Formats: sequence, C-alpha cells, structure tokens
Amino acid sequence: MMSSANDVSGVEPAAFDAATAAVEAALAAGARYADARLVDRRHESMTARDGDVRSLNQTTSAGLGVRALVGSSWGFAALGDPAGDGDARRTGARATAIAEASAAVPGPEMELVGVPAVQADWAGECLEDPFDVPLAEKGDLLTGVTATMKAAGVAVAEALFQAWSTRTAFVSSEGARIGQRIRECGAGMHCLTVGEGETQRRSYPAFRGQYGTRGWELVRELDLPGHAERIAAEAQALLTAPACPSGETTLLLGGEQMSLQIHESVGHAIELDRILGWEAAFAGTSWLDLSQLGSLRFGSELMNITIDPTLPGALGSFGYDDEGTPATARDAVRNGIWVGVLAGRDSASVAGLDYAGSVRADGYARLPMVRMTNVGLEPGPHTLEEMIAATDDGVLMEHNRSWSIDDRRLNFQFGCEIGWEVKDGRRGRMLKNPSYTGIGPRFWSSLDMLGGRAPGEWRAWGTPNCGKGQPGQVGHTGHGATPARFAGVRVGVRG
Amino acid sequence: MTADLDDLAGAVLAEVARQGGPDAAATVRAEHAALALTRFAGSAIHQNVADEQTTVHLELTVDGGRTASSATTRVRDLPDLVAATLAAARLRPRDPDWPGLAGPAPQASAGSPDPATAEASPADRAAGVAAFVEAAGGLSTAGFLQTAALTAVLVTTAGQRVSGATTSAACDGIARLAGADGVARSMSRRLADLDCAALGARAAAKARAGVGARPVDPGRYPVVLEPAAVTDLVAGLVTGQFNAKAVVDGTSGLRIGEQQFDPAVTLVEDSLAPGAIGLPFDVEGTPAQRTELVRDGVPVGLTTDRRTAADLGLTSTGNASEVSATWGPLAVDPALSAGTGGSIDDLVAGLDRGLLVSDFWYTRVVDPKRSVWTGLTRNGVWLVEDGQVVAPVSTLRFTQSYLEALAPGAVTVGSDVDPQPTRLSGAMGYNRVAVPALRLAAWNITGNATG
Repeated sequence: MMSSANDVSGVEPAAFDAATAAVEAALAAGARYADARLVDRRHESMTARDGDVRSLNQTTSAGLGVRALVGSSWGFAALGDPAGDGDARRTGARATAIAEASAAVPGPEMELVGVPAVQADWAGECLEDPFDVPLAEKGDLLTGVTATMKAAGVAVAEALFQAWSTRTAFVSSEGARIGQRIRECGAGMHCLTVGEGETQRRSYPAFRGQYGTRGWELVRELDLPGHAERIAAEAQALLTAPACPSGETTLLLGGEQMSLQIHESVGHAIELDRILGWEAAFAGTSWLDLSQLGSLRFGSELMNITIDPTLPGALGSFGYDDEGTPATARDAVRNGIWVGVLAGRDSASVAGLDYAGSVRADGYARLPMVRMTNVGLEPGPHTLEEMIAATDDGVLMEHNRSWSIDDRRLNFQFGCEIGWEVKDGRRGRMLKNPSYTGIGPRFWSSLDMLGGRAPGEWRAWGTPNCGKGQPGQVGHTGHGATPARFAGVRVGVRG
Repeated sequence: MTADLDDLAGAVLAEVARQGGPDAAATVRAEHAALALTRFAGSAIHQNVADEQTTVHLELTVDGGRTASSATTRVRDLPDLVAATLAAARLRPRDPDWPGLAGPAPQASAGSPDPATAEASPADRAAGVAAFVEAAGGLSTAGFLQTAALTAVLVTTAGQRVSGATTSAACDGIARLAGADGVARSMSRRLADLDCAALGARAAAKARAGVGARPVDPGRYPVVLEPAAVTDLVAGLVTGQFNAKAVVDGTSGLRIGEQQFDPAVTLVEDSLAPGAIGLPFDVEGTPAQRTELVRDGVPVGLTTDRRTAADLGLTSTGNASEVSATWGPLAVDPALSAGTGGSIDDLVAGLDRGLLVSDFWYTRVVDPKRSVWTGLTRNGVWLVEDGQVVAPVSTLRFTQSYLEALAPGAVTVGSDVDPQPTRLSGAMGYNRVAVPALRLAAWNITGNATG
C-alpha cells in the first residue's frame, strides 16, 4: 500500500488506483460510462442482556464495486478484497459483460443528468472516535443499564451500541475522484414485561437506539443510565394500564414516532425510482404522480419537508453520494405542496428533472440506488405542552412499536409503545397498546399543530435499518422531527 | 473451493492457538459466497448485479466467557484478525451464561449444490427474464431472477469440523395491467427447475383477473390464502413463535404439547430435505437436522441455538445464525406439509362467501404473545361467492392473530406444495419456504383503500 493518504478522509492512493483500473477496464470492454467504489468499512457492535454482555462483533468489509453502462443497460460487479490491479480490471470488465447481458432485455434510451466531475476529499465531523473508546467502558455502560432495568423487575432488559467507519474512494469515467470518510455511531436500550397473555415494551431513546454521523459524544449525550429506571417502571405500569380506546380522536405524536411517520409515509413516497415503477415488484410504487410535482397538496400548510444531506451529524449526511453528486439541500414539501423528490442520475433523466444526489449503496458489494438521505420536517410554531393544553379530548402516543404501510405508501397502521389520555388540556392516564391508522395525504392534511419551538423538541432521528433493494440493502437515514398534532384520526385498531 | 476454505480456517485456528494459547476457545468459519441477481421493471432489465467474496468469521472466547466475534473479507490479514479479536475478548466483561463450543458431531449431509446453478451466467438469467416478460403477453412486468452459491468450512477448537455447499435459484415477478398486479414466484436449489415462462403467464393471468377492483367492507372473512400469502404466515410463526428466544423472553404464545392448531397443520424445519437450500450446519457448527415444530396441530418443537437450548434445557437444533444473538435462532428451511384440500380452485369451491388472497405485504407484529400481525394484501384479492370468484377486490388491511387463524376446526390445507422465496436468515438473501395454499375460517379485515 502507498504510505500517503488524503488529508481528511484517510483514503489511500492505492484505493484510487484500484478504482481507476476498474473504470478503465469497464470502458475498454465497451461501457460508455463506468464508476467504481473501493470501500473499506469497519463495524463494531455490542449487545447486553440482563446485566451481562451477550455479544461483541467486529467486522471489516472491504472490496470493490463497479457500475458500467452499455447503451441504456446497467451492469454491476463486486469483488471482496481485490488483490491488485488484475482483480480490479477483471471486476470492471465483468460489470460491462453483465451490462451487455442486460441489453438482451433493454429499456428505453436513457442518459445521466450531469454532475460536476469533482475531485475532492471529505470527512464528517467526529469529536470522539467510537472505535477509540475502550471496550470495557462500552461494556460497563450496557451492562449497567440492563442491570438497572432488570433490578427494577422487568422480564428482559437489553441494550446495544453500534459504530461504523467507512472510507470510500470513488472514481468515475467522467473524471470524478472523491475520497470520503463517514463515522456513524449510536446506542439504545429496551425492556420487556410479561403479563397474563401480553407483553409490553419500553425503549430509550428508540427501539433500536439513536444514531448519527457522529462519534461517541452522541452516546454520552443520550445519558442511557439516566433513563433506565424510568422506562422499566413504565413497562411495568403498562401491564395494568387501560387499553387505548378505539375510535376517531385528536392524535398527538412524540418526535420519535413522527420520525417514523415521515420515513414511511413521506420519505419512501418521494423516492423517484418508486414513482417511476422501478421498485414495483418489491419495495412498491408511490401514490405520487410526477405530473403533479409542484402542485399536489400533500399536507397542511404546516408541513415543510426537506431533503438535506448537509445536516451536521444526522445519520443521512454525507459529502457526496455514491454517484459522486455533492450533497445539496432541497425542498420535498413546502407549505404542504409536493415540490421535490429523491433522485439519482438515471432516474432524474428519465423523469425530466435536473438534479440527483440521493443515491447510496450498502457497502461495496451492492448497487447504488435511490435512498433517503435526511428527509425531515422543519420545526413548527408550537410546543408539545401548548398542543396538550389546546386539546379537549385526544391521545398522545410515543415511541414506535410496529409499522406497516401499503406498497403505494398510502394506507398505514402504526403502533406505539406508550400512550396517554389527553383530557381538557391535560395529560391523563397512561394507555397501553396505542395504535393509529390513516391514509397518507389525508393524515398529513389533518396536521393542525406542530412543535419545535421548545428547546430540544426538534431532533434529527437516525434510522439505521431502512431495507430496500434486491439483493437486500440496509440504509442509514435521518429524519428531523418534532411532536405534532393531527385532527380526526382513527386510533385503537384491534386484532 | 472447499480446500481453499479448509486452508483458511485451519490457518486461523493455528493462529488462535499461537496467539491465544490452549485456553482460547474458537469457532472459525470460512465462507465463499457468489450471488447474482437480475432485476427487471417496465419489462426491461434495469439492475443486474453479481458479487463474489470470501469471508472469514471468528468467534473467540477466553476465560470461559469473554467472547468476541469478528469477520473480514480481508483474508490476507488473518493474524491481525486474530489479534484484534483476542484483544476485544480480553477487554469485555465475562458472560456467565456462555454456552460453550460445539464438539465433534457428524454431519448428515455435505449439501447438494447444483453446479449449473453455481455457474449460471448473466445471459442465463437474462434468458429467464426474457421468458417471463414474453409469457406475460405484452403486460408490463417487474421482478427478479437470482442465482446463488455458498460454500463453507467450519472448525472449532473443541474438535468439530464440518463443511458443505449449497445453491439456490429464485424467480419472482409481477405483471401489471390497468392498476392490477398479478404475482408468481418460485424457488429451488436448481435454476433448471424454474419455469420462468410459466411464472410470467401465471402472473399475467392474475393481473388480468384483477382489473376493476373495488373495496369491500372491513370485517371477518373466510379466506383462501395462496402460497405467497401462506409464506408470510409461516414466516411470522417461525420467527415470532417457534424461535426459542421468543420462548425464553416470554413473548411466544405457543402451548407446547397442546392441540393449539388444527390437526391438518404439520410444520417442520428441515435443511436436509430434498430441495432444501440451507447449509447442512449452522454458524456454531451444529449439524442441521429435521426438527418437527407442529405435528398434527400440536406444537412439539422449537428452533434453537446453543444458548437458547441451554436456557430451556434442550439441545441445539442447528439454527444459530449471524443474527441469532439479537433475533434468536430462526428457521432456514421451514415447510408446511401438504393436506388433502386439493388445488386452489378446490379450496375456493369450499367458500360460501369469502376472499381469495394472493399475497401479503409489510406485515408487522402488533401483539407478540397472541401473534397479532397487521399488514396489507398485495398482488390481488378476489371476492368469492358460492364457491366462485366473482369480483376483484382492492387492497385490504388486516389485523389478525396468526396463532388463532390456525385454530382447531379453522383450517383446510391444500394438496400442492409450492416453494416460495422469502427472507428469513442466511447468506443467500432468500430462504425457501415450502407451503401449500390454505383455507381459513376467518381473517380479520380492518381497513381498505379508503381508510
């Protein structure tokens, strides 16, 4: 390996050499465009249960992924840990051969929207490298909080942390050469209680934790020990709490549940590959029709959704996407009107749009595809306390427990871990098994109060488990969210 | 390939002994995976991928309970892998419930990989896609054709050594017409077993029959579930109920030994069955076996790994996986036995008024203990009256206990098993779930396209 590295990303020059060789070989084999990513990804995770560490995993996934375009047909080939120039060239040529096979069942002519051929080096901010934090300290944190919850009487107490460090060398046949390093980190905990014929769960700060493109400072800020006893007590109390009533009412949602609502009913709906039908057989399509981009009412005037991969520290942030497009913020919904999509260079071209920038891959071995970056709600003019005070009769729900939505992203049913009655402007009794259901645009149009004015109410939640693609890919996405209120929502769906 | 993997695994084990001494306990798995998938949409191939990698997995325990796991695709850095894993193990707290390593145990099979599937070319897959598209008779189509091959060697410091290989092929596609989608899927160990043209024709026929769908009112309906929908039901049960971690956690609602299900229901987990695609051993080195989960309607078994088996006083069934520490030991090759209910048409003929459902989508558990799931229909629903399909129905939401749907007296099992691809666990992306169609006495529809 070469001794010098790019200043910020730490990507080795040899990585660019391998990527360049692959692109050259793809072109030599007949591709009209090619790009290659040499990715070196490190992942560490630890889980604890009932006061003991249960698993500690460290993985390194290093390899080369090459994309080649022949006519209007793509091919993609990947190889783990290429041994040198020869392996890289063979992988590039293989990508072109696969693209040629694709041309046996061709699509319409297609171009790529233009992006600047950037030569750059980028790294996200990370104050405390999570891989430098001693394992003993991490273990103490997780065993401590699970022991606390267990001692409080729950049946099962579990906690976890995860960290990723990804270095990518990107080279395209158009002249792009980008080094990028992103570190991601997060942690969370949950507990289960078991009653007669039922189980209840409480989590903090979310079921799988909170994540960002940050260092261990994110985990310290979560203060897991400060919340362990509380969620254990809530899980116990839920067993004897009354069930969420069934019917139509005013619904107040906490910020974490709002992040899920945004992810499922807005983020996926504005993915351009779904809108074009490219995901019709698996992830699904979208109820959105491109002919209505710029005019369709998606929600109430309070609804302002942005696509913003530039948000510092949010889980969907980056310097450049996996097509080499620089991170750029844009609107998806402005004052309730649908105005933007998540796009890639090919899908944008097919749709007649002039922007891309939302294409990402899960490691070197997967094809880059349209993914959410940070799709989030801008803060509103209210606070949660004001919403409660302004509600005569409603239910407040917090922390996602289950989620289901149809293949056009219209009909959803979401369950939460915990709820509270809201009566005459006050938070009342705790409610168990809260759930609500609705149709996307009708639900968003019923948004009548939006939080974010109080300090800390708006937060960029991280989703580390967004599944999409065949073969399957796991995406990391971010969602700015605040508490919100919706009028006339059906709650308490029973099985 | 097996010889190369043998060398790799042996080298890691030797390095463990050198760096960790005789007290270091290790499980080493060297694995070579090749996966290729050709995806189509709008009747054109739009994504076409192939990847190949060798991965070394190491689980290393010191002090009888300080365990760290690692994996790398950098197979030239094995001493570094061992050093880092050993360092991590020494630094973490001890787990008093560490279940120990798998000792020597003979494997019943080394697997039955199909060389032609392992060597399938992009042109082979494109030909399959072209056959599906053509057979759809001009309808817009979308889907995928995948081939995969997996070879693995596993050794432990406790003396276990197993090796094996497997292949799989799956075709899954829809045809689309005027807002109606029809689906057809199949999965096998051999690409040659897949009749992509027949699948395309079936999907197209379903789409044509689905045009003009209208909602029906929510309520409880008798249903006939086609194999794609039954796959979801079986997947829900094996992940949430027969998974031993759910029993340990108290979230399973199984009543082992009781007549909890209809006597027509028999469910097994069996990676040794003809046509199964799982490796013949799990990631702990326990050989695969046939595990009865339900016999004539009585729950009789669970899928376990070493830890949950120890927790429950059982032996491991060989269902440990990369994700079992988090999600529990999941079935790899579940199979619901055929019954005597005949074809799908026969099952429909037995409905006075009900629904014929092709497929389910986005199902999520609402109440783990009762196995209540919510989800939606997809790729076609039809209203049945007097034993005849009378009208297509638009997408419906359900909220239904999967356990209660199979209650005694509620089930008629079809006679034809139709293996379906779905995602459960394992390195090949899709598992094979062998299921027939089912007729069930009641299914709780809780919403439709209007809300």
